Amino acid sequence: MIERLGLVTTQLPTTGSSVMALLVVVLPLLLGVLGAACRPKRGWPAVLASLLALLPLLTLTPLVVSQGTQAWVLELDGLTLHWRANGLTLLLLLLTQLLVLASAAYAPAYLRVAVQAQGRGPAWLWPLMGLLAASLSLIWLAADLLTLYIGLELMGLSAVGLMLLPGREDALAAGMRYLLLALIGSLAFLLGLALLLGAWGRLDLAGLAEAVEAGPVLWVAMALLSAGLLLKAAAFPLHAWLAPVHGSAWTPVSALHAALVIKASFFIALQLWLVFAPQAAVAAWVVGGMGAAAVVWGGLLAWRADKLKDVVAWSTVSQLGYLLIGFPLLIGTAPAVASIAWDGVWLQLLAHSLAKAAMFLAVGNLMLATGESRVSGLAGASRRFPLALLSFGIAAISLVGLPPSAGFTAKWLLLHAALAAGQWPWLLVLAVGTLLSAAYVFRVFRYSFVEDVELEDYRPVPLRMDLIALILALASLLLGLAATWPLALLEIAGGGP
Amino acid sequence: MSQAWLPLITLATSLLVAPLILLLPERAWRARAALNLSAALLKLLLVGLMVVGLYQGREFAFGFTVVPGVEFLLRVDALGMMFAGLSSLLWLATTVYAIGYLEDSPNRKRFFAFFSLCVASTIGISLAGNLFTFLLFYELLTLSTYPLVVHRGHPAGLAAGTVYLRYTLSGGLVLLLGVVGLHALVGDVTFGEREMLRDLDPSYHPLLIGLFLVMLLGLGVKAALVPLHGWLPRAMVAPAPVSALLHAVAVVKAGAFGIVRLVYDVYGIQLTFELGLLTVLTVLSVFTILYGSIRALAQQELKPRLAYSTISQVSYIVLGISLFGPFGTIAGLAHLMHQGLMKVTLFYCAGNYAEELGIHRIDELDGAGRRMPLTSLAFTVGALGMIGLPPVAGFISKWYLGLGAVQAGMPWVIGVLVASSLLNAAYFLPILHRLWFRAGPAHGKGQWPEERCLGRFETSGWLLWPSLATALFSLLAGLLAGLPFSPLDLATLVATEEYLP
Repeated sequence: MIERLGLVTTQLPTTGSSVMALLVVVLPLLLGVLGAACRPKRGWPAVLASLLALLPLLTLTPLVVSQGTQAWVLELDGLTLHWRANGLTLLLLLLTQLLVLASAAYAPAYLRVAVQAQGRGPAWLWPLMGLLAASLSLIWLAADLLTLYIGLELMGLSAVGLMLLPGREDALAAGMRYLLLALIGSLAFLLGLALLLGAWGRLDLAGLAEAVEAGPVLWVAMALLSAGLLLKAAAFPLHAWLAPVHGSAWTPVSALHAALVIKASFFIALQLWLVFAPQAAVAAWVVGGMGAAAVVWGGLLAWRADKLKDVVAWSTVSQLGYLLIGFPLLIGTAPAVASIAWDGVWLQLLAHSLAKAAMFLAVGNLMLATGESRVSGLAGASRRFPLALLSFGIAAISLVGLPPSAGFTAKWLLLHAALAAGQWPWLLVLAVGTLLSAAYVFRVFRYSFVEDVELEDYRPVPLRMDLIALILALASLLLGLAATWPLALLEIAGGGP
Repeated sequence: MSQAWLPLITLATSLLVAPLILLLPERAWRARAALNLSAALLKLLLVGLMVVGLYQGREFAFGFTVVPGVEFLLRVDALGMMFAGLSSLLWLATTVYAIGYLEDSPNRKRFFAFFSLCVASTIGISLAGNLFTFLLFYELLTLSTYPLVVHRGHPAGLAAGTVYLRYTLSGGLVLLLGVVGLHALVGDVTFGEREMLRDLDPSYHPLLIGLFLVMLLGLGVKAALVPLHGWLPRAMVAPAPVSALLHAVAVVKAGAFGIVRLVYDVYGIQLTFELGLLTVLTVLSVFTILYGSIRALAQQELKPRLAYSTISQVSYIVLGISLFGPFGTIAGLAHLMHQGLMKVTLFYCAGNYAEELGIHRIDELDGAGRRMPLTSLAFTVGALGMIGLPPVAGFISKWYLGLGAVQAGMPWVIGVLVASSLLNAAYFLPILHRLWFRAGPAHGKGQWPEERCLGRFETSGWLLWPSLATALFSLLAGLLAGLPFSPLDLATLVATEEYLP
């Protein structure tokens, strides 16, 4: 499996690709600072800036596709940083940039309309968003533990900052709790990192993969690293901080957080497991069991949730469980199984990111339009806000995993992998998860179809906000049938093209 | 026009209508009606083209790879064309009916958009060339019918919608597990590649039986096989055109059609027979036929009685395919079409009585034949066909079912047919008696629950003509059964392919 991570390559990077990789990381940051200075009131400057940030990535993609995985070694005053770009990296970078683009296009209109988004907060949105995008890019590109740690830390801090922006009391309380937990997570990660460094004297993943020997040191280090990461990924049972944080955050921030920030921790964790413990099947089953519990528990709480945003936030906990089930399917299984599961896991990640971002935006629109944050407040919404509800519905199709969405194709692959591996319990988990997610999604619809409510005060949101949600939702839907394209990109794994 | 694109365009005609309708403003009902009707006509034409091409032995297929090893495939074959023909014909009729039925009611835009999606799903189901594609549209059908079932938004409708989803989503999930299991075993099974399963080692047979039963469980929910039928009578709260389409072609038929595909095109009748699975189907369908009829007898309202009658009638299809031999096949497949035509007629008529006179209960129907003679005539044709009287189409089905039973060496099935026909008569003839021979408000005795004079004729023309047309079609399907392109002829074509390799 490790070769799929593209850590080992014989290709020498070209100057062009090096510049582009550097720009991929730095440009969002620069544009974010620029955004703070200008504070765009309209959508198009934000869109233009995000498109500009997308350019180096679009240049890098054909380079990697034609030349194969690229790897860089940066020497900085005795520190050695390792970066690499393969198909998976490109896919995640593209996802990041597109979701940042969507959020950036959504944010100006949102800031104008939403009452709670007044005051000094908006000035900070842009640099923090730029920092978030840069740190995420760094994480996708990183091939050594130090870069990963830097990326993780920057991402965590910018995420907390974004969550604190509303400045209200509940936002502050939830944000401070998030900060505390994120710091604990980072601390655990740092300890694990220190153990590895002390034992084997190096931090690059490819080198460590060769050097590490199974033993207590490795196990303790892995436990610390995983615990820190799973805490940040809101994996069951370390998920309690997630729903309150989303409850008070701004909609575009919630969308970015659920779609990307949580995934980054998952990505690092899976990568570390594949590098350090590719045969630790028993431990992987424990993680899978946590995933199963997350699927059920998150689904149940989403079903029972009273507030719209809580439904979506708990659904994130549940959906992350699907990804965790990837651990036992990828680790210690036959190559044929792992190859199906590999496709399934990354497709599930893409599907969930797109669908969840769309769903947060749609829910945000509904909440703005109705002025209600509760699910029961949606009564009659199907007639008044069809577009927002349509986006919600299409995103829901992908979350539930109904065809033809990407969520369905991913679930198909995961089911197939579980069957091929003979790991029956995951079939049951996926089935229960499907039914639970259908239950919480259609509960929202049930309220929206209620007809006998008098026309109360409501204000439609600008069309652009609805359209952005709709486009993201459609992307998650159509990706299901066009899945060959991302999967072909995933094929660019190790050495040659 | 390239031939590979024909199935795709057929699918697109109704699939693309949905977003177009959503873009039109709510009050633009003329534009919406024109769009709907022209798409329905176009689709009927395209299906006609494909049927003619099929008779000329041409191949139509369109496919692409979704993920390695899984293909999206649209393909035209005789079995699929029967279903596609039925669905496009009834789409046209039901569109006309729905335009009349929903006149001046709210949310018509949403209704017609999901209505188109629903028909697109049935077309997708009929054109699907493998289990993956079938599953895709099968689930899409669930999603697109939900907003139709809860369309009115009142508590009863919402409750029915919840029950409907519980049943169909669970069924879809079970089907998914079965399909993935089969896929893990042998890979992509294109419909008609029966040798893939036949050539498997006999040690896999218990697994194959298990997978068949799992998939049957999934399909049986939509086909409303007892004991998986609970959603159907409750879904009766939906508007009349929805009930008509749900019963005649969309949901229930999708389940039955899936079982037909499973038996003939995935497992193959020979293998199904050898595994002893046909007996399971026979027992299940006989039980459903009798149970549905008996429950229908007990219903006091018109639509629930028709609903239980559907449960019973759809199982004739399953019974037909479970009888090993060409006659059973012909009976089952022909009934797929016949039942659709007759049942849609009955539901249109029930809708007409409810709209024009406010009649929901059977005992309110006294003398309605005098007030609404044409509707009642159509209803009579449908009801007599359900009982199985010649020359209506239902007779052909039952005749071939009897032949099939003898051929399969199960003459006791004839006893079941007789019993079921008697039960059918017992719950339909009293209605006909009330319609034609009892004195009622039309004779100056009492008054209609809620009379509205909707049109120049006995009711609005939008409602009347579709009812008459489908009644006429059910009559013609029986009278002209021997001519080419009739349901019986297509069914014979399929049966010949199945039994003569």
